[in-house]
Amino acid sequence: MHMADALLAPAVAATMYVASGITTGVSIKQLRLKENTEKIPVMGVMAAFVFAGQMINYTIPGTGSSGHMCGGMLLSALLGPYAGFVSMVVILAIQCLLFADGGLMALGANCWNMAFYGCFIGYFLIYRPIVKSKMKDMKLKLILASVLGCVVTLQLGAFSVCIETFASGISELSFGAFLGLMQPIHLAIGLIEGLITAAVVVFVYQTRPQILEVVGDEDVKAGSWSLKKVAVVLGILVVLIGGIGSQFASSNPDGLEWSLFGNEDGGYSANMGLDEDDYGVSSSVADTAGSIQDKTALLPDYAFASDSENPAGTSFSGIVGSAIVALLAAGLCVAGGFFRKKHAKA
Amino acid sequence: MNQMTNAMLELANMDMLAKQDSPVHRRHPLVKLLVTIIYIVTVVSYSKNQLTAIIPMIIYPIFLFQLSGIPLKTCLYKMRFILPLVCAVGIWNPFIDRVVVMQIGRVPITSGIISFVTLMLKGVFSLMASFLLISTTNIEQICYALSLLKIPDVLITQILITYRYISLLLKEAGTMMNAYSLRAPGQKGLHFSAWGSFVGQLLIRSMDRSQHLYQSMQMRGFRESFYYAKDKKAQKADWIYLILWIGIFLLLRLFNLSEVIGKLFV
Repeated sequence: MHMADALLAPAVAATMYVASGITTGVSIKQLRLKENTEKIPVMGVMAAFVFAGQMINYTIPGTGSSGHMCGGMLLSALLGPYAGFVSMVVILAIQCLLFADGGLMALGANCWNMAFYGCFIGYFLIYRPIVKSKMKDMKLKLILASVLGCVVTLQLGAFSVCIETFASGISELSFGAFLGLMQPIHLAIGLIEGLITAAVVVFVYQTRPQILEVVGDEDVKAGSWSLKKVAVVLGILVVLIGGIGSQFASSNPDGLEWSLFGNEDGGYSANMGLDEDDYGVSSSVADTAGSIQDKTALLPDYAFASDSENPAGTSFSGIVGSAIVALLAAGLCVAGGFFRKKHAKA
Repeated sequence: MNQMTNAMLELANMDMLAKQDSPVHRRHPLVKLLVTIIYIVTVVSYSKNQLTAIIPMIIYPIFLFQLSGIPLKTCLYKMRFILPLVCAVGIWNPFIDRVVVMQIGRVPITSGIISFVTLMLKGVFSLMASFLLISTTNIEQICYALSLLKIPDVLITQILITYRYISLLLKEAGTMMNAYSLRAPGQKGLHFSAWGSFVGQLLIRSMDRSQHLYQSMQMRGFRESFYYAKDKKAQKADWIYLILWIGIFLLLRLFNLSEVIGKLFV
């Protein structure tokens, strides 16, 4: 799910940097590392562990293909949400700085999409409530919490990628079509991630439960459900729900669109009674605001003023010039190589 | 060779490249970081149809590859994961946006094709710039530059600890994977039944390792952060490097150099 610099407009990248930066600042403050220095090496080494864990190929049963893990949910389960988020930020920064995986400018967006949801939404809204619930079988609770947490947070991450790409005006694909491509793929990825997280968390629970953030010193009895059984049942459930749900989802317009314009095919034409082709408030203030927005918008989808006469941004002289630039670049390469060889000989 | 060994080799290779000496390697890390960020922001700020305008931006990577002596081949290898993703997003443009804007011979060129090629160039240029930064600046220097940008010490210390432990844990995971593969011939990856025990064992060992690390850090009088790269003041050449590149990027962004050159000949 790593975003590249090219997929983001500067304004979107900056917004995501601000959002991730604030979350990192709050997390560091919450951790109070000055008083709890023992957390520093644990977080560093666990980040390195997740990095190594990402390199392992996990064979997916019955398919012959293999999957990988991302690790946000696992880190939260082990270190808690704040330490988990900071560790994920470190992993993503190292991937960007050493492996050129994701871009420098896209780092903020990547932290948000791949760490924020898993570490905060997944932990506070899914993982912790399930693990702290009254259900007796702790193993089952851990499996449910991990799988559901990963599936939901990866869906949210993929949704964010769609919004960011769409807001950047990169693709000609409609928002709905892009969502239709991204969400189902990440449903499968989330399921695999969830199963890997569940397998590891259950193993740690059975061997050294005190490591897990929420479980702590609670009852260590193992349940009667096997991991395989639960994994298969959950897998079938997710595929069924996803498949059936998508059938309904695709036949109706999205909620906002429906509420504004209705759906005549569906029999509800009234709603807000707006005309889809001509809606909005027409006033001199709105027109002025629109013209200011046109002038100040940073998103590259709006071509610069000089492009208005030439929508494609191409002209014959431009093409000739590009060819000359390309030739000059190739010439520079050859000359550079020649001088380096000469320098090496000397 | 498993993926862990590959990653270790890649890390070692990047470390070796960053240790070389060249006019680019000698520049102040903060200056290099700033120039890279400004270059990437300039590249991605081009609109999706400004194909001819974006092409001259190749000047920066070409000059840096030549000045630093970093092999282009290594850079292209690094692009293997990200470029297909950029391609997957942009590949739809030629099919959806079919407005013909020009013809080369009998081949019609649509604005979808132009926006797709522009997107790919944006991807290649920004990746090249990132690669040139990390291959001419080692992790300690980058962390030093980050500290000058007032990034919290905690985060920088985490990056340095994680960086040091990555190679150690990759080696451990690689050894475990080799042992597993030898006992499971013909199996491509880790079997479902071993997911928990394999990764769990690695996790518990890593946890123990972090405890030992904490004890040794305490014994050496650890105080909040590590000592990283030596303090280095920006020289005159560093400022010239920064101002020169910003000027070039600004000129290229404001004027379509391809068109200007083309008009001289047409």
